[in-house]
Amino acid sequence: MKISLSINGTSYDTDVEPRLLLVHLLRDVAGLTGTHIGCETSICGACTVMINGKTAKSCCVLAVQADGAEVTTIEGMAQDGQLHPVQEAFWEKHGLQCGYCTPGMIMAVCGLLKDNPNPTDDQIRHGIEGNLCRCTGYQNIVEAVKYSAEKLNAQK
Amino acid sequence: MIPANFEYFAPKTIEEALQLLEQHGEDAKILSGGHSLIPVLKLRLASPGVVIDIGRIAELKAIKVDGSTISIGANATHAEIAANADLKTHCPLLAETAAQIGDQQVRNRGTIGGSLTHADPAADWPAAILALDAEIVARSSQGTRTIKAADFFLDLMTSAVESDEIVTEIRIAKPEQPAAAVYLKVPQSASGFAVIGVAAQLKVTNGKCEAASIGVTGLAPKAFRASSVEAALVGKTLDEAAINAASAKADAEADDAMEDIHASGDYRRHLARVFAKRAVLAAAAKA
Ligand SMILES: Cc1cc2nc3c(=O)[nH]c(=O)nc-3n(C[C@H](O)[C@H](O)[C@H](O)COP(=O)(O)OP(=O)(O)OC[C@H]3O[C@@H](n4cnc5c(N)ncnc54)[C@H](O)[C@@H]3O)c2cc1C
Ligand code: FES
Ligand code: FES
Repeated sequence: MKISLSINGTSYDTDVEPRLLLVHLLRDVAGLTGTHIGCETSICGACTVMINGKTAKSCCVLAVQADGAEVTTIEGMAQDGQLHPVQEAFWEKHGLQCGYCTPGMIMAVCGLLKDNPNPTDDQIRHGIEGNLCRCTGYQNIVEAVKYSAEKLNAQK
Repeated sequence: MIPANFEYFAPKTIEEALQLLEQHGEDAKILSGGHSLIPVLKLRLASPGVVIDIGRIAELKAIKVDGSTISIGANATHAEIAANADLKTHCPLLAETAAQIGDQQVRNRGTIGGSLTHADPAADWPAAILALDAEIVARSSQGTRTIKAADFFLDLMTSAVESDEIVTEIRIAKPEQPAAAVYLKVPQSASGFAVIGVAAQLKVTNGKCEAASIGVTGLAPKAFRASSVEAALVGKTLDEAAINAASAKADAEADDAMEDIHASGDYRRHLARVFAKRAVLAAAAKA
């Protein structure tokens, strides 16, 4: 089936099997391997991307469902060689160790801060409940989210 | 994990979708948010020849509040319901339940119509829909019918929706005392599904309970109205003793209790009683 969608601002016209998962389109067709596959069962959140500005687990979306959509992946976050404030915050606050969960985590944090620019610690932990991290124990991720919120609010 | 191949259609109108459904019969599956169906396809627990994606039918998305009725399009996502300002005012139980489903990613994709039709015994919506005495509207190429929430959940993963039908809308009469409601759950730690979920909608005048409706999910193979609790509350002054006595009956309608790695049947029954009590106390406090 022919579909066309925008990924990080670039348009892609491609012919896919209806059963192709969005995450496989991103990784194998578009070559954007920043979006990770952790569990493939919609639990871990490593594959989180934005579809029309809303977070989604791309292992639980068919590529054909994203026909006509604007998809943003971790590769679309940095602009002109400058890290996105949330990326910078994960760096600054040591919000990652192995980094496997990080691309999905950063997309989820962007989703969380869009809905709630000043989250409490508790709201942060709830906001990232769809993303699992096996390394950090989450403490520094929470710190990174708070730092991100400050940075983003200062930009406004 | 890759689904078996299927043919895919993305109709733009309900009529078109019903026609496709009639044409392909039992071989076709409706896809809305895909957050129950796609996992099933990936595990190949189902391999339909045809998938009809109703996600592009705009008219299935509307959320309307007017006069005495609330209408929610089957394709409204959990996130859209959670964020809807009219619902927060006129039926906060809906917004509160939606906000407790899964995680932000699941809420952005999953829909109320898909959740109800799927009839997962651990899903959250059934409790709220039962407590609100909602009606589910289903259409086929033969016509339209309205199914009461109490008749909608038939068994484990089985709702009253027939294979040639599409759920179009959920209708709810505006509660008389919208604020006197609460949804409380014990979530499974990985997915967020309910080990137990209790929704309570009350009507309280001068501390006295005039009406109560309680929906329980997670305990039995299908969600149910806790009629024994309701009967024990109506006409009583809602003090702790009355609420204790009533909520002790929260599992009375459950002939079977589910057992799995999350909780034994006995523990689920216990949780149902404890959470019925907490839900009624919290709803009464907001009345
Ligand atoms: C990681 C994860 C966590 C979750 N946590 C929770 C949770 O905490 N609580 C909870 O309640 N749910 C939870 N869910 C389930 C989620 O809410 C699903 O979105 C929902 O159960 C199904 O809705 P859907 O729109 O995705 O339906 P789909 O997956 O598209 O469809 C589900 C079924 O319903 C049928 N169908 C869908 N729409 C219609 C319609 N309009 N008419 C007729 N048939 C239809 C389909 O054919 C299919 O059989 C979770 C799911 C995931 C993946
Ligand atoms: S890979 Fe998609 S949620 Fe884990
Ligand atoms: S940093 Fe290793 S999984 Fe999160």
